[in-house]
Amino acid sequence: MSVRVYDLAHSRAGDKGNTSNISVICYDAKDWDFLCRELTSERVLHAFRHIAKGPVRRYEIPNLKALNFVIDNALGGGVTRSLAQDIHGKSLSNVMLGIELPDPPRAGA
Amino acid sequence: MGARKSIRIGAGAGTSDDRMVPALEMAERGDLDYLVFECLAERTVARENLARTKDPDAGYTPSLHERLRLVLPACMQQKVRIVSNMGAANPLGGARAARREARELGLGDVPVAVVLGDDVTSVVRHHPELTILETGEPLEAIMPKIASANAYLGADVICEALNTGAPIVLTGRVADPSLFIAPMLHEFGWSYEDYSLLAQGTATGHLLECTASVSGGCFGWPGKKEVPDLARLGYPIGVVSDDGSVIITKTPGSGGRVDVMTCTEQLIYEMHDPTAYITPDCVLDITGLSLTQAGPDQVRVAGAQARPRTDTLKVTIGYAEGYIGEGEVSYGGIDAVARAKWAAEVVQERLRLRGFTYEDFRVDLIGMSSLHGDPDSRPEPYEVRLRLAGRTDNRKAAHAIGFETRAMHINGPGGAGGACEPRVRDVLAVKSVLLPRRFVNPQIAVEGEL
Repeated sequence: MSVRVYDLAHSRAGDKGNTSNISVICYDAKDWDFLCRELTSERVLHAFRHIAKGPVRRYEIPNLKALNFVIDNALGGGVTRSLAQDIHGKSLSNVMLGIELPDPPRAGA
Repeated sequence: MGARKSIRIGAGAGTSDDRMVPALEMAERGDLDYLVFECLAERTVARENLARTKDPDAGYTPSLHERLRLVLPACMQQKVRIVSNMGAANPLGGARAARREARELGLGDVPVAVVLGDDVTSVVRHHPELTILETGEPLEAIMPKIASANAYLGADVICEALNTGAPIVLTGRVADPSLFIAPMLHEFGWSYEDYSLLAQGTATGHLLECTASVSGGCFGWPGKKEVPDLARLGYPIGVVSDDGSVIITKTPGSGGRVDVMTCTEQLIYEMHDPTAYITPDCVLDITGLSLTQAGPDQVRVAGAQARPRTDTLKVTIGYAEGYIGEGEVSYGGIDAVARAKWAAEVVQERLRLRGFTYEDFRVDLIGMSSLHGDPDSRPEPYEVRLRLAGRTDNRKAAHAIGFETRAMHINGPGGAGGACEPRVRDVLAVKSVLLPRRFVNPQIAVEGEL
């Protein structure tokens, strides 16, 4: 059985130039270690392979139980030049939420 | 410096397209001291610069008229001061427009302080050696196409404008959080050595700068993240004390929610390294920051840290980069996707046959793969809207995309419907450079009698 990021966290995407930053924020602090371990930059870049060239930088913000993924070359050349409909990449947080993670934490574990 | 120990700063707009009425509700019921309108996206100043070249009185944010007309009576009556970057590429023109609105509302002669000096177009023209941050190329590469260059000014010069006592302060390009920090500097006399106070102010400004994004907008999800009374979404208010303590709340009686979840999403929004969020005022570090629920729709912000401001200012450079042309047409029912894909091939072949080329071209199947790509792995929808878009220096080539797409009605695969008119828009692209502060000369001016 796997679990989606959606089941454990909420997320928002922001834009700067051709770079998208996507937060992943735990609903429950008990899932923090699991998300940190499983939601790697490699896994995120794989999920975004049809959209972004990368690289992906991952920042941990433990005081907020949040990860911040900074994905380069993700917005079709940037808000002002992009041919995409969603030039800001505001919908990209939903790609993050759809990522499946193996080995979900057991209740009470 | 004022005598107040605590001030209430409302966020009345977070983009030039933001909703109007929440600012009025806030001006009337928010018990505000300051109302901030943040209306400039990265490319907006470049666009307004072009407007100004066509009409010397233009170049400020066009919605200034409607926004001020709506809130000025309540703001003047309750002595709520307005701070806004709606001056865009022409703060003096914006000030004159604001004063006209006040006169027409019967509010008399309202002085407006303006912040000048963000326009560094002539400065950067003399510095082709500056490095473009996004590409690493020298600025020389886009020099002939440059339309505008504007430095992000900080809170210090906005504070100077507030010190004049004018009820309204208009700026051009300034950093968004700086619009909110300026009232704190003005009221509390904070200095640029008070790093923890600047950090609290910057975090507050960042939380407020996108209005509803911290109070329940851009957040809700049915069954998962409920937002009460979303239709009457209220805009946020920062309650800031002279010791740097901060509560984020919203207009009393409005819809939406302010809690740790909404604040956390907005805090990380558009942030890269959480230990180094660079603004003209400081380098913010949120890795020691805490958000705690202090009451219904009240979140306490504490523990923001900062390092001294850098010796450069970020400059946004707007430059012309040709045109984007677009066309759309729909297919429904049996084999909808196959007919849309066939049409896409035919349109592209016709564009080639007409001799048009594009620097960048894109085919979207709306309903399937226009947002997240990967059409081959997506389930086929009942109906699909085909969208073609391309960027080119040739306006005719840009127009031809929509023209040939619309022609699918009678010149393409069967059953095409609902094509849109051909769309063409000028591309004003932006790039950034860092400019040493010594090349920038921020100033203030006042329109009207103080």
